[in-house]
Amino acid sequence: MTVLRRGWRQAKWPEPLIYDIGGPQRSGYIIPFREEDDVIRESLGTTPESELAKRGLLREEMPNIPGASEVEVTRHFTRLSQMSYGVDVGPVPLGSCTMKYNPKINEVLTRDPRIAFLHPYQDEETVQGLLEMLYELEKWLAELTGMDRCSLQVPAGAAGELAGALMIRKYFIDKRENRDEMLIPDSAHGTNPASAAMAGFRVIRIPSTEHGTVDLDAIKAVLSAKTAGIMLTNPNTLGIFEDRILEVAEILHENGSLLYYDGANLNGIMGIVRPGDMGFDIVHLNLHKTFSAPHGGGGPGAGVVCAKGELVDYLPRPLIGKKNGKYYWDYKCERCIGRIRAYYGNIIPLVKAYLYIAALGGKGLRETAIQSVINTNYFIALMRDVKGYELPYDPDRPRKHEVVFSAKPLAHDTGVTALDVAKALLDRGLHAPTIYFPLIVEEALMIEFTESEPRREIERYAEVLKEIAETAYRDPNSVKSSPRNTSVGRLDDVYANHPKSVTPTYRVLLRRMHGEQLVL
Amino acid sequence: MTYPWAPSANNRDREEMLRRIGVRDPMDLYRDVPREVTLKEPPSVGFGRMLSEWELRRIIDEKLSRNKYFADPPPFLGGGICFHYVPAVIDAIISRSEFYTAYTPYQPEINQGLLQAFFEYQSLMADLLEMDVVNVSMYDWSTAAAEALLAAMRVTRRRKLLVSSNINPEHMEVIRTWLIGKNVKIEEVGFEKESGKIDINEVEKKIDNETAAIYVETPNFFGVLEENLEAIADKAHEHGALFVVGIEPLSLGIVKPPGRYGADIVVGDAQPLGIGLNYGGPLLGIFATKWDRKLVRQMPGRLIGLTRTIDGTEQGFVMILQTREQHIRREKATSNITSNEALLAVAAAAYLSLLGGRGIRELAKTIWIRSHYTAKRLNEIGVKAPLFDAEFFKEFVARFPKPYREIHRRLLAKGIMGGLDLRDKPPLRDEYSALFCVTEAHSKKDIDRLVEAIGELM
Repeated sequence: MTVLRRGWRQAKWPEPLIYDIGGPQRSGYIIPFREEDDVIRESLGTTPESELAKRGLLREEMPNIPGASEVEVTRHFTRLSQMSYGVDVGPVPLGSCTMKYNPKINEVLTRDPRIAFLHPYQDEETVQGLLEMLYELEKWLAELTGMDRCSLQVPAGAAGELAGALMIRKYFIDKRENRDEMLIPDSAHGTNPASAAMAGFRVIRIPSTEHGTVDLDAIKAVLSAKTAGIMLTNPNTLGIFEDRILEVAEILHENGSLLYYDGANLNGIMGIVRPGDMGFDIVHLNLHKTFSAPHGGGGPGAGVVCAKGELVDYLPRPLIGKKNGKYYWDYKCERCIGRIRAYYGNIIPLVKAYLYIAALGGKGLRETAIQSVINTNYFIALMRDVKGYELPYDPDRPRKHEVVFSAKPLAHDTGVTALDVAKALLDRGLHAPTIYFPLIVEEALMIEFTESEPRREIERYAEVLKEIAETAYRDPNSVKSSPRNTSVGRLDDVYANHPKSVTPTYRVLLRRMHGEQLVL
Repeated sequence: MTYPWAPSANNRDREEMLRRIGVRDPMDLYRDVPREVTLKEPPSVGFGRMLSEWELRRIIDEKLSRNKYFADPPPFLGGGICFHYVPAVIDAIISRSEFYTAYTPYQPEINQGLLQAFFEYQSLMADLLEMDVVNVSMYDWSTAAAEALLAAMRVTRRRKLLVSSNINPEHMEVIRTWLIGKNVKIEEVGFEKESGKIDINEVEKKIDNETAAIYVETPNFFGVLEENLEAIADKAHEHGALFVVGIEPLSLGIVKPPGRYGADIVVGDAQPLGIGLNYGGPLLGIFATKWDRKLVRQMPGRLIGLTRTIDGTEQGFVMILQTREQHIRREKATSNITSNEALLAVAAAAYLSLLGGRGIRELAKTIWIRSHYTAKRLNEIGVKAPLFDAEFFKEFVARFPKPYREIHRRLLAKGIMGGLDLRDKPPLRDEYSALFCVTEAHSKKDIDRLVEAIGELM
């Protein structure tokens, strides 16, 4: 007897907006010690309303914010969570975004009041345990990257890029060199050019070779006394290791330029090779990716920026110091770029990264990297010769953390695009890969399983991709009408973005409903 | 050895996978890494081996035992973030793993719940601020302020910024850092010595037709609520500059919202709305604009919008105006933001909807009353509190007849975490002054205990 496999269905609740559940006069919250306020108010002999009104500061109308009981709030958001998909539900193989499983112990330990209740300005002697963890974390990250020091203040990878680019900027300003050009490969993450531009650099685009690596001749051709540096990730966004990286470093350094390492793709090489040994001068890491703090639907994450040699002086301050067995924040800043955000960084994800490294140790991290690469290449082996997809750029070369397939043959033959494949995956209970990136691959499907996915899940993903292609060749419309099993069908992006219908808040919706012609 | 988070590592699966790939040794997959830089040994990080969960707990417990947290009484420390009570339901909601293990909702159909929660955050925050458009978060107040000023420079195509000198000094530092690469002139506007408020005469003197924006915080670093904001807005607009305002969101339960006095961009930190201290991070940066095409198009960060299904039968939510973002516009993007603090936006949405308009108003009044009571009591024992002759919210500067440092040290010995020593904090730099913060978490008894303890040390 065969076991019937029922199709996957996502939860679907007809969940109204919170505005339709609560009301501004209602509240599910009791203010602590509120009965004491009457006593206090009497001793003050005045009211906040009258004092604020005197100075024209009073808000006369209550904010239009719907309140609801704790039960209603809990149910509302629980239902919304059931219409959401995270890595605890199934694989999220978003290439470049590194969605790992997030160890549960990290959640438990970081909720301890001995972390959660700490104020950033409380005296250093009262936070020695936390500071020790951060101190050790910095040491470990410096060891993993081959750098001398790291600043933990960076709240995300992109902020790390900005910090790094600003460090390069200030370094050359101090040297009185007018270097305002930054080289960035066309396969780079979009954050690289954006960060470089924010730091005031002119972006020079470097093409990729037919092998999917950075073009050395193109670099040589644009290199000049204006070149501040190059921003590279290795392995690159195609999952290909830049095997001529030592030459790249030599060429840049001979020109007096610096190498910046985008650590978003560290997962496949950590413990195998270090950016510092490859010749990079500054590195940022996305701790939430590689070291497993959850993404939370977009954040909070955590970054760090690390540097070696002279560039250590430019790291954002404060750095963590240790003297006579005591840990402290070192604000000394002669050449540093200053602060990249207030206080010390995103402590909770930093501690999660600490816990992850502590739990695995050097050998465990290395095994993690190796397994993520095995997973990628196993998937490639399973996908070989599946009709509809192709692997551009040296298909026989091993990939590292991720792989970029192209659905171009499928789109050409059937009209079913990478976007349609993505939606069809959703219908089968699998999260789609990153699509249409990197820009140098047409109909790109960028897939990264990480070490978290079991073999069976990778096989299933390959089987489903094959089945979708087969369905597309047979009946393209049935693929194009996906998704049907998610909480909602395919959504209208044009309507969402149209100047006459774009609605980013309930307030705008109300104004529209009241007949206002709002055009953006 | 089993690797708990790498299910196929080191077992038969791994061997079979390698066979299918066609390599014997996994290191063959690294054959393109230059041999001279390949590490021979695993890096020496962690504790030299894998730890069991119990071992990990014990190591961490030992470290945490060397931290001291303050709940009885809660810390009187402010300086931008304060101890507020976070209801348990907030934690329960953001502990739903479908939320916290999700990525940015690039596939909206499978993440409708998350997107709706983000849309509700944007909407609730917009109603609190009385602004029209709010993004789904920045890293924190300081970076939101820096990005607001960058946006103002893009909108106006000008390169001069006026920044009130009484803003949080960390924000000032961050703004200066973020603008290193830009050819920009940052001019500080002084504050009135008596009131702690921005000197409006100096605004008038310094503003000109080169000014991209003027940035003011209210309450400012001294806890003082700025007045004359309408006049400053008018001044800015007369000169074609933008008015950027930084706010503390709970104050808006009773204080006039920035949408009512002509703010173009509003920034701030939503930490008071259901987010813990966590030693200063993560926080939740607010970024809002009024309904203006140029402002919204130059807005950094992610935006969620209401839409419908292609067949027009149902309502749904998607990320909108993504053509501003780095993955499409690259070096022409409005900012480089990808990761933000989205999960905390869900926390703030849950918090706001638990309290409702009335609850927020009551809470704001409570904080006003308790912080004013604290100042009054300190005044009675010979401390000048508040130092500034102005209205304040939640935080206030108190000036002592002797250097505060020693008082702070002795309070700490009694188990009380006192105010923030301002001896080396710009813009005041006064060893006799400290910044105190009082919230709904402080009972009358907590306050009385602080005052009595200080009284004994005076």
